[in-house]
Amino acid sequence: MKTILFILWLSFLSVPFMGLKGGLWLLSGIVLAYCIFLIIKKSSNLLKEFRLPEIPYNLKILYALIFVILLVLPFVLKDYYLDVIILAGIYIILALGLNVVIGFSGLLNLGFAAFYAIGAYSFALLTTNAGLGFWTSLSSTLFITALSGFILAFPALRLRGDYLAIVTLGFGEIARLTLNNWDSLTRGPNGISGIPSPFVFGFELSSLSHYYYLVFIFVLIAVFIVRRVYHSRIGRAWLALRDDEMAAEAMGIDTTKYKFLAFSFGAFWAGLAGTLFASKMRFVSPESFTFMESVFVACMVILGGLGSIPGVIVGSLILVVLPEVLREFQLYRMLALGIGIILMMVFRPLGLIRSKG
Amino acid sequence: MILEIRYLTKVFGGLKALEEVSFRVMPGVTLSIIGPNGAGKTTLFNCLTGMFPPTKGRVLFEDNDITGKKPYEITKLGVARTFQNIRLFGNMSVLENVMIGQHARSKEGFITAIMGTKKFLREESEIRTKAFEYLEFVGIADYADAVADSLPYGDQRRLEIARALATEPKVILLDEPAAGMNPQETMGLMNLINRISDWGKTVIIIEHDMKVVMGISDWIIVLDHGVKIAEGVPREIQNNPDVIEAYLGKEDIFDALT
Ligand SMILES: Nc1ncnc2c1ncn2[C@@H]1O[C@H](COP(=O)(O)OP(=O)(O)OP(=O)(O)O)[C@@H](O)[C@H]1O
Ligand SMILES: [Mg+2]
Repeated sequence: MKTILFILWLSFLSVPFMGLKGGLWLLSGIVLAYCIFLIIKKSSNLLKEFRLPEIPYNLKILYALIFVILLVLPFVLKDYYLDVIILAGIYIILALGLNVVIGFSGLLNLGFAAFYAIGAYSFALLTTNAGLGFWTSLSSTLFITALSGFILAFPALRLRGDYLAIVTLGFGEIARLTLNNWDSLTRGPNGISGIPSPFVFGFELSSLSHYYYLVFIFVLIAVFIVRRVYHSRIGRAWLALRDDEMAAEAMGIDTTKYKFLAFSFGAFWAGLAGTLFASKMRFVSPESFTFMESVFVACMVILGGLGSIPGVIVGSLILVVLPEVLREFQLYRMLALGIGIILMMVFRPLGLIRSKG
Repeated sequence: MILEIRYLTKVFGGLKALEEVSFRVMPGVTLSIIGPNGAGKTTLFNCLTGMFPPTKGRVLFEDNDITGKKPYEITKLGVARTFQNIRLFGNMSVLENVMIGQHARSKEGFITAIMGTKKFLREESEIRTKAFEYLEFVGIADYADAVADSLPYGDQRRLEIARALATEPKVILLDEPAAGMNPQETMGLMNLINRISDWGKTVIIIEHDMKVVMGISDWIIVLDHGVKIAEGVPREIQNNPDVIEAYLGKEDIFDALT
């Protein structure tokens, strides 16, 4: 019931951001799905028996196959679809970062788009105003976003759950409003254009397929690094923090330090995603970093399975690709999202791919 | 002296949960803390381990003042605890729970983890091996891969002990480890506590089950309404009129033993 209340609350909160219509659609989706759920529950005990088949995601062959398919994709796909996949890749990196904060450490962050924005804007300003190259701008951007994650951790330290969600949500809005109003630096709602395409080892990445491979490599790196950290004592400390903060302290874990670490490490990936986004779009504006963006990424993490890396990837793919496929049903997308989340909560409360146990 | 408590006082609002409690603990002993419900026993543990800052008084560990230190720092120094209301990492496996106990005794960081260096891998496998040994020590190694929450109650208590041992403490604090156990499990637990003690650890235990208390303690401290009303060897405590008075209404707690 708590989750349902949470979603109701979320859709209420989203009204100012998506307009009354979007909020109402999301809400009616939720109510509808909930009614259907109640009817099914009443009329049969089918629900108890129902289990989705486990997804065999750790098969080496499957991975190899996917890898090969992904390598040849640019040769077979139309530009439009390639574009969607590049976007999905950027979101995977973003969601992997948020997963460190929400999924591993259990710190509900609803303002993650702020770090994405800080990343995109840092990169945009460094390449245009300062005229720096791709790699210099990238590494400075990563440093800046990790630092901003560290700074947000200060007010967030003493808060948990709903309170933390509200503070981070506020932070997200502050970041967006700052970008919107600090005309002299960010050029306000007009955004920053003319971001040069990156030079990688003297080679200009100009076409869509070049970007595809760039994003692809960075996704691989992100998955690799996040996985390694997850399977270390640092990852275990985060999980302990998520399950029981007091017990974690009693085990000798400096929970304060690990919260800082989670926020910075998460923000770091948002910085990378922001960089890739800015350099692909060649243009950034505050519109791309609204509250809905934060909710969207949070949904990817929750949908895929809190804490599970393959889950986060699947969640991001579904949430980026599906709306594109369903583009004609524009109006009903929010409805579908609401229904989808409810069904998830009912059938697989731990996400599509469970992290542990 | 491994642990010394000086005039420890803890006030919650108007309630004095602990009032000028002082005592000393010699290394290697098994000390029991008893007292009626609400006497302040758990509060004492919380003050010792840094979970609550005491209102007044000092806590000394191996002659160093540790009052006001954070819980994780105190754990690193060598004081571990279990919780009265079990606090496991419920979503993680039994083995992982104990591996987390090794946190303070390991040190590899970000970079080595990402690069997967030999040193990192060696430390990881050491953590795993040791964690497994602690599970064997408390007798639940068969459940290493089970999810912690799925264990039966008695085994969850054992897991908490294994996890506390994994922090490699000099002093281990057990808060009502026999609560909710049947007589057979309680016997097993007494045996386990004796083995921990034989291993050279100082054990401080809060327990209501007098059979356990009388069976394993070298020394007993009695709290009532936050005040230390008696201390001594089991025989003395059993015959102390103040103690019997404190337990008035359930005087028969000692009768069960004879
Ligand atoms: N965090 C707290 N805030 C306020 N009061 C508290 C807190 N913790 C304990 N108390 C109060 O302090 C008193 C002592 O509690 P404590 O838990 O230490 O008792 P105990 O001896 O462990 O009892 P039991 O045998 O029931 O576990 C009780 O009256 C309790 O209500
Ligand atoms: Mg207690």
